[in-house]
Amino acid sequence: MTVTEAIREVASRPRVGTWPLLTRQVYVYRRSWTELVAAVLEPLMYLLTMGVGLGKLVGHAPGLSHVSYAAYVAPGLLAMAVMNAATAETIFGAFDRIKQAKLYDVVIATPMSIAEIVRAELWWATARGVLAGTGFLAAMAAFGLVHSVMSLLIVPASALVALAFAAAGLIAASYVRDWDDFQYVQLVMLPMFLFATTFYPLSVYPRGVQLLVECLPLFHSINLIREPALGAIGGDTVVAVAYLVAMTALCWWFAVRRMTRVLVR
Amino acid sequence: MQGDTASQAATLGVAGERPSTGPLVEARKLTKVHPARGGAAALVAVDGIDFRLERGEAFGFLGPNGAGKSSTMRMIACVSPPTSGTLRMLGMDAATDGSAIRARIGVVPQDDSLDAALTVRENLLVYGRYFGLSRATVRERSDKLLDFARLEDKADQRVETLSGGMRRRLTIARSLINDPELLLLDEPTTGLDPQARHVLWERLFQLKSQGVTLILTTHYMDEAEQLCDRLVIMDGGRIVAEGSPRSLIDAHVTREVLELRFADADREKATDVVLALAPGPVCQRVDVLPDRLLVYADDGDDALAVVNAAGLEPLTALVRRASLEDVFLTLTGRSLVE
Amino acid sequence: MTELSLAPPLREFAAEWLKYRRTWRGSIVIGLVNPLLFLTGIGIIGKLIDSSATGPLGGVSYLTWLAPGLMAASAMQMGFGSGGFGAFRAAAPGGGYRAASATPMSPTDILLGSLLFVTFRLSLLSAGFLLVQALLGAAPTWWAVLTVPAAALTGLAFAAPMAAWGIATKRFSTMQTVFRFVVQPLYLLSGTFFPLSTVPAWLQKVAYASPLWHGVELCRDINLGRLTFAAGAIHGGFLIAMVIAGVLFARVTYRRKLHE
Ligand SMILES: Nc1ncnc2c1ncn2[C@@H]1O[C@H](COP(=O)(O)OP(=O)(O)O)[C@@H](O)[C@H]1O
Ligand SMILES: [Mg+2]
Repeated sequence: MTVTEAIREVASRPRVGTWPLLTRQVYVYRRSWTELVAAVLEPLMYLLTMGVGLGKLVGHAPGLSHVSYAAYVAPGLLAMAVMNAATAETIFGAFDRIKQAKLYDVVIATPMSIAEIVRAELWWATARGVLAGTGFLAAMAAFGLVHSVMSLLIVPASALVALAFAAAGLIAASYVRDWDDFQYVQLVMLPMFLFATTFYPLSVYPRGVQLLVECLPLFHSINLIREPALGAIGGDTVVAVAYLVAMTALCWWFAVRRMTRVLVR
Repeated sequence: MQGDTASQAATLGVAGERPSTGPLVEARKLTKVHPARGGAAALVAVDGIDFRLERGEAFGFLGPNGAGKSSTMRMIACVSPPTSGTLRMLGMDAATDGSAIRARIGVVPQDDSLDAALTVRENLLVYGRYFGLSRATVRERSDKLLDFARLEDKADQRVETLSGGMRRRLTIARSLINDPELLLLDEPTTGLDPQARHVLWERLFQLKSQGVTLILTTHYMDEAEQLCDRLVIMDGGRIVAEGSPRSLIDAHVTREVLELRFADADREKATDVVLALAPGPVCQRVDVLPDRLLVYADDGDDALAVVNAAGLEPLTALVRRASLEDVFLTLTGRSLVE
Repeated sequence: MTELSLAPPLREFAAEWLKYRRTWRGSIVIGLVNPLLFLTGIGIIGKLIDSSATGPLGGVSYLTWLAPGLMAASAMQMGFGSGGFGAFRAAAPGGGYRAASATPMSPTDILLGSLLFVTFRLSLLSAGFLLVQALLGAAPTWWAVLTVPAAALTGLAFAAPMAAWGIATKRFSTMQTVFRFVVQPLYLLSGTFFPLSTVPAWLQKVAYASPLWHGVELCRDINLGRLTFAAGAIHGGFLIAMVIAGVLFARVTYRRKLHE
């Protein structure tokens, strides 16, 4: 091969990017209305149950006499909804695409790279997370739980939370062997949902448990969303951003490695 | 004939752009070892094979299940890195230029891998986008390919409604979306009924006459004889023979084969008698299969006369031209399709 | 038939038991860990509630009030799943019903055997739940033992109609959509987590039509040892009526699907 040929070769090498896979997802999802309906309906239900129903029993938020329990719980539930939406996409959805439907065995036979596949997965899951977060924010507004414009920061915060969990979820998907393994996923998600200060502040725990809870990604995600929701952004937000950015970077890098290992045989 | 297809290809603009120097694909000591994983031990699927093919050829890998055909094809498709050896394609190195090579080849994998969540047309549209092709290009080519695959009236149906033959045709149409110079087909007709196979062969002939280089694997003899200019026979990860279908038959077996079946009661005695006839002036060699005897001879009728003269009365006696199946049997001592 | 003579429905039960034996260890661990997590996690909210509110719970601790409702709700989820998804999978190619319907068992035998097995799993789930609940001090009297059959009945009230639908439907995803948009709202809004007296009257009326609400009330009253005959008859009667209607309906769809 001559030098000019080689240059032409490199120049003509297609840079495909993530659009093709995102386009595919749009094709798949535009037939299903359930996601959109759920994005609106599910937060309403959760707020009605946990915020209003439980809120009447609990009264004001523990330790925060000026905050209603509903206003306290709502950001926690929102963070959980974002986490669920993102991980549903990269754990369940990606497992299906990797191992059941074998979509990516086909995609790697095209010029697309595994890094691009991972990126597309993450963008899509992030979009789903932002949709869930925004729907939840709208539901909060409907229940009169939004008081400051700072609440709009919840939308970009949802994106970061979704991205971090999406990357972690993709790693999990690469280890899942069959549908039965999802009960173990549940075993991680459920305690996180229950104990990561969704329903009550860190102060209810003894110090030892507090340290444990502070390691959980959902704990920081809730902080990141609760602070702007309650109109008071402080140090916890900074820590949360740092934690989630670091988690995203680490999980992203590892997800590419795992996907390579799973897809290249 | 070779020159013929090359000039046709040039008029289609397939091969003409790049002056082709050297072979289109060249493998040296190509090896694939599947590493030990879980409980399974490491496995040498492809064991240091060499082959080369020129532009415009139709090249076949023939061999039984487990011979290493798919492993080889996956390496050529640049989705499975070789464990050792070199593989050069389209003037590039498969180990380092995978993405650029994949942009210029088409792949029909062994198992149907259509996107079940999409319709027939969407399968083509989306797949084309994976190659970075523009929306307009993809749309235009999809229409042509739906026509080529005779799937226009199925265009907006989900792929799960398609029959096996239609799915295969769609997979081939899909593999052509990037106008590939080289098309890889891994067992393109396995599991199809005879009619669907013939439709598919016809489409493949059409591609071949347009100058597309084909590499296909198969364990059907008739398919290899129909489609391949040249083929290699693989067994246990190695190449055991190479050549055109005719030259392989000429080199390894006689012109005709006599197939004999005997009643259970006579079989043992008859086998001994027939074995004693070869090698002789008429019968060159005898293969004993569980249910029948194969007598290799240049003239099958003469061989039958000899058998009858030896006082044997076979239940059935069939004289036929030797085939690749016989080549395989001769080379490995095993039947190709178990 | 000369083979060891089990009643035909028991043969279907035995077949499903053999399959279950492969995964029971995992499902028992999950069956105990889930209530443990839920009850400790929500128990902490209970502490907050018990220290602030009075009134709507009638002086009972929140955990004691909540636990039997949660048990009934878990039974509903399992009943929906093993009834609907289970029948769908069993009727699909490669599923257990294909083989069973080629034997002398009638479709009704298969149906009853399957529902028997669902009842068995529901009882196991509820018993595990009760164990955890008792350890956390939320089962005040021995009457609590009777919440196990009550919860199983609640699950069965979903399993029987769902089996009727699951075996007939072509689309798995429709059932998943129903799970998401019907079962999950029921889970949250049938008086499981908070007394209905705190929500608007129209929402209360909607809840009365929810089979889960009847199951929750039944289990809760039993657990607190305060079940009256009238309440028992209404709640129990509602659930039993659903089971019967479900079985009658399923007899038809099973026959149609398995013996066309
Ligand atoms: N991903 C893999 N991991 C481990 N072993 C494999 C893998 N793919 C193929 N093999 C093994 O390699 C051998 C050759 O397989 P393959 O290339 O699929 O043969 P063929 O296509 O000729 O039937 C077989 O023994 C097969 O089991
Ligand atoms: Mg193969």
